[in-house]
Amino acid sequence: MASLVGSRVERKEDKKLLTGRGKYTADVTFAHQTYAYFVRSPHARAQLKNVDISKAEKASGVVAVLTGKDIANDKIGGLIAGWRIKSEDGSDMKVPAHPPLANESVNYVGDHVAVVIAESLDEARNAAELVKVDYKILKAVVKTDKAMDSESIYKDIPKNLCFDWLLGDRAKTQEAFDKADKIIKIDLINNRLIPNAMEPRAANADYNPSTEEITLYTTSQNPHLARIIISAFNGVAPENKLRVIAPDVGGGFGSKIYPYAEEVVCSWASKKIERPVKWVADRTESFLSDCHGRDHVTHAELAVKNDGTFLGFKNETIANLGAYASVFGTVTPTYLFGPCATGVYKMPAAYSNVKAVFTNTAPVDAYRGAGRPEATYTIETLVEKAARELGMDPAEIRMKNFPTQFPFQQTLVHSVDSGDYNAGLKKAMEVGDYKGFEARKKESESKGKLRGVGFCSYFEACGIAPSAVVMSLGCGIGLWESAEVRFNPTGNVTVFTGSHSHGQGHDTTFAQIAADRLGVPLENIEISHGDTDKGPFGYGTYGSRSLTVGGTAIVKACDKIVAKGKKVAAKMLEVNESDVEFKDGEFIVAKSNQKKTIGEVAFACYLPGTYGEVKSPLPEGEEPGLKETSFFDPGNFSFPAGSHICEVEVDPDTGNTEVVKYTAVDDFGTIINPLIVEGQVHGGLAQGIGQALYENCHYDDTGQLVTASYMDYTMPRADNFPEFNLGFTCTPATSNPLGTKGCGEAGAIAAPPAVMNAVMNAVGTEVSMPATAEKVWKACQKMNKSNSKAA
Amino acid sequence: MKKVNLEVNGKKVSKEVADHTVLSVFLREVLNLTGTHVGCDTSQCGACVVHVDGKSIKSCTALAADLDGSKVTTIEGLVKNGKMHPMQEAFKKEHGLQCGFCTPGMVMSAIDLLNHKKNPSDKEIRDWLEGNICRCTGYQNIVAAVKEAATKM
Repeated sequence: MASLVGSRVERKEDKKLLTGRGKYTADVTFAHQTYAYFVRSPHARAQLKNVDISKAEKASGVVAVLTGKDIANDKIGGLIAGWRIKSEDGSDMKVPAHPPLANESVNYVGDHVAVVIAESLDEARNAAELVKVDYKILKAVVKTDKAMDSESIYKDIPKNLCFDWLLGDRAKTQEAFDKADKIIKIDLINNRLIPNAMEPRAANADYNPSTEEITLYTTSQNPHLARIIISAFNGVAPENKLRVIAPDVGGGFGSKIYPYAEEVVCSWASKKIERPVKWVADRTESFLSDCHGRDHVTHAELAVKNDGTFLGFKNETIANLGAYASVFGTVTPTYLFGPCATGVYKMPAAYSNVKAVFTNTAPVDAYRGAGRPEATYTIETLVEKAARELGMDPAEIRMKNFPTQFPFQQTLVHSVDSGDYNAGLKKAMEVGDYKGFEARKKESESKGKLRGVGFCSYFEACGIAPSAVVMSLGCGIGLWESAEVRFNPTGNVTVFTGSHSHGQGHDTTFAQIAADRLGVPLENIEISHGDTDKGPFGYGTYGSRSLTVGGTAIVKACDKIVAKGKKVAAKMLEVNESDVEFKDGEFIVAKSNQKKTIGEVAFACYLPGTYGEVKSPLPEGEEPGLKETSFFDPGNFSFPAGSHICEVEVDPDTGNTEVVKYTAVDDFGTIINPLIVEGQVHGGLAQGIGQALYENCHYDDTGQLVTASYMDYTMPRADNFPEFNLGFTCTPATSNPLGTKGCGEAGAIAAPPAVMNAVMNAVGTEVSMPATAEKVWKACQKMNKSNSKAA
Repeated sequence: MKKVNLEVNGKKVSKEVADHTVLSVFLREVLNLTGTHVGCDTSQCGACVVHVDGKSIKSCTALAADLDGSKVTTIEGLVKNGKMHPMQEAFKKEHGLQCGFCTPGMVMSAIDLLNHKKNPSDKEIRDWLEGNICRCTGYQNIVAAVKEAATKM
């Protein structure tokens, strides 16, 4: 039987999604449905003096109007920060209370004040306008780099500082800097982004007063986590009385990892009014209230010798957390960021200092790459600047500092098990025809365009496990993954995974793995996920973890199935277990033609005994049935890496910048389904190029979100990209039996520095993200002036 | 309220609708055709594209009451005798979708392109699909799917 691992298998999930038969949360409507509409703060910072609901309550179709007082009276807990970070001085981080409905103050535009529940959405929306809120408006804290010098938003959080964190050794780093021939410095802003999964967030909670159970449909990357948080922390219902279903989910990119206020409120409200409560965000609500991403202000320095050898790295970053500490908000700029800050290089000494601040903006949390894009952008723009200042080729300076021995003990935290960074960069230069760049540049010049080339070599730490490590770093949950492999009596298979697919194609990739391992045809395997009532607890999908951690749990469960199957087959064939081999779905007695298929063995396990023709004895002590569960906690993170090369053309008259050539060579270890992996790279690149050239979340000085619709926030479109050239190298991961490393975030990590290095190479001066036509045109003007002065 | 008579996916439909009911809401909530998705409020994302009298439109921007007598085709109406439309097949073959949310609008829009132009270039495809936002695919495999479909339609 040919192996399915490595095959371009078309996706099993596609037909339903292509024919309109998918089921997203907004598509779910219950009998006796009610509709929720949230009253949101129009102010970035204000005291809530009074919330008058008397008119709204009487409006047509209104079932209930609930406020922060109601939620406090019912003792519903606040939203949580899932990762505790300690400051350099050993003190715990400081976080404000985050009630699902505001009680005393509102702290960003879009913060939740009240919910109106009505028979129809129109009625709920109309009545929401009748809720009279008396705000005492306060001066908002908006800018990341000004937050520490502004008035405190919360009285017990001085300087708006959540924590002041250090990773690395300041003294040792300074020693390295003292020996440097040259110190390269950079100041940069990692622009704030809004994730914008195409499916707006939604929730539909249905409480059954007879069973006291809530069924919550929600747009989640992580339904099990939603259940435990809403149960254990918000206290809406005991875990056994809360079923969370994340059906088809239309993209997440980090913004749907954890529950938001709306899920908590809909669940609680459904219990209160004993009817189902449905909420679907409109796009502007998504812009206002989905967690945002990035938003760092960074100063970084690289100490180098004149021959290009790196000696040390310093990074001082202010990270904006928004108004509240979201679930992964505090880990994103620390342990997901700091360890990767020294990039793919031997760096004898380094430190990263991150000050995380609160502002009157939407909470900031993980967005595709989460911390690693920010780290990579810093080091890779700095390295490119070092190459320019030392007069070295950008490839040469990188190769000079790549580690060549693996495992590689990276400077700050990680022991990188495998990789070959030289091979990746060389291949990228081949695939991208780096040699031909000068000729292409001349051709661009003949059209009046400036052409630039930019590199990025990256690595990332994925899987976000082992649990023991992440918990020692402050994580409030374990990050292993589960799988249950269930043979049905007639020989087909259902695989339950604790991870969740919202575009990644798990139904296909996971089935490929199980099909290979069990020797069962792909079409006889179903993957089940997204329902806490089906399959074991799991930790969901983010951090490029599902295949390496969740896929391995499937492998382990399959291996247990085969182990039991061997015992049963031996009994059925009346031989010793040690004489039975398993291959391609058959248990075969060595050196004979005696065999049983895995389907026959499964049937025997469910019908043990003799009944007419059916003779299926179970070995003594074996339980009936054929179903195994595995919980896999890896021994290390996985470390995908790669090199990307971007070429841009800039029109100096308009500042318009076009990506004209993009080459990505990635090492994701073993690839199960190249078709899906290539799609993941393409999507990541589009988001990374989006950050570099188009996307920017902008709040004005009063904290109003200026970019709150697709008319104002530039989403990348089909005509913004060239055809990407992809290539792969492969050094299998050693921390999981599949050898896989994770591929979902690579593009979003590597593309911003590759694109920006190309832009800066083209115009000859520094430009910040996003490199809009206006900024690039100004940079061109500046260079024209300085060139004419020099002449 | 106004009574509208439409033909939706080949079936005659006669319903009373409020004057402000847009076609996307009519399809999703009155007819339970939830394959048509709503991804924005400003007629930008294109997830709601359907065909009205053979031409692609954003159904969030058309009033149901204005469409009396029209023929509407949604993503659910493309499957004929259990077989997917060549555009749907091509999206599957080329991995032109990931989360699937933008996909119905993308497919409906792409079919209209091929109705206008038999063998569009990459640039023509990308320009045509400028009104459909996809956050997952980076568009590359969508372009490949449209080209693949062009060989079959």
